[in-house]
Amino acid sequence: MTIDMEHFTPLASLAGGVLIGVAALILMAMNGRVMGISSILGNAFTSNPVSGLWRWFFLGGTLVAPFVYLLWADELLPRPVADGSTLLIGGFVVGLGSAIGSGCTSGHGICGLARFSLRSLVAVMVFMISAIITVYLMPHSA
Amino acid sequence: MALITALISGIIFGVGLALGGMLDPSKVVGFLDIFDVWDPSLAFVMGGGVIVNVIGHAFITRRSRPVCDTQFHLPTTNTITMPLIIGSVLFGIGWGVTGLCPGPAVASTFLNIKTGLSFIAAVIAGLVIGKIVHKQLWPA
Repeated sequence: MTIDMEHFTPLASLAGGVLIGVAALILMAMNGRVMGISSILGNAFTSNPVSGLWRWFFLGGTLVAPFVYLLWADELLPRPVADGSTLLIGGFVVGLGSAIGSGCTSGHGICGLARFSLRSLVAVMVFMISAIITVYLMPHSA
Repeated sequence: MALITALISGIIFGVGLALGGMLDPSKVVGFLDIFDVWDPSLAFVMGGGVIVNVIGHAFITRRSRPVCDTQFHLPTTNTITMPLIIGSVLFGIGWGVTGLCPGPAVASTFLNIKTGLSFIAAVIAGLVIGKIVHKQLWPA
């Protein structure tokens, strides 16, 4: 293992993480809700349109956020690693897995770990190992 | 008021994802690719998010209720279950293949018009079917 110094962005990533943490704190302190995106997104369509309206406002904020970021940042250029049917099947499995596993990187990874939830700790270890093995087995040019 | 705070939280969350590098699938895969040339940046995203929450949570839970609701809606189960493990394995596979988890999938919807809408539709389809599978196979 060698560190990829060319792409390493410790300060920006730490600042991004702090912002994500602040967002989760706001949602908990004000709305009393866990900032778990898979559950917010999954329940947005099925919950009561009035009492669940906060979910659509949260998701709306996340949708426009990259453009807010671009108000001061120079560029935001995602480099896709999958396309076509691989991308769609992968996306389906992301949704399927986080619904069955009751959470994803935000709910288990940020909120759950911060509450010292054993369930979330196990979930994070399992999906990290699963993702690392997946990337290891995938053909790629790194 | 509750809607405004949810909107602000969503914006800050998405800006954090963008700044942290989570919207770039290649960077995510570079983080997961620990056996090759490894980019540890995203550990800083998670670390920053968790530390801020550990500190903040201690203050929040001193209150009896959130500002805009009558109670905190926190998960009640704390047992390790089969769906937790199976779901997390599946989620890890999808995350490794696409480099996108649900938050970045939402934030990327309009960022990459060509693939964003169909990708988020696939994630939502997975979420909806996953909820049904969870209910059918592991009834509460």
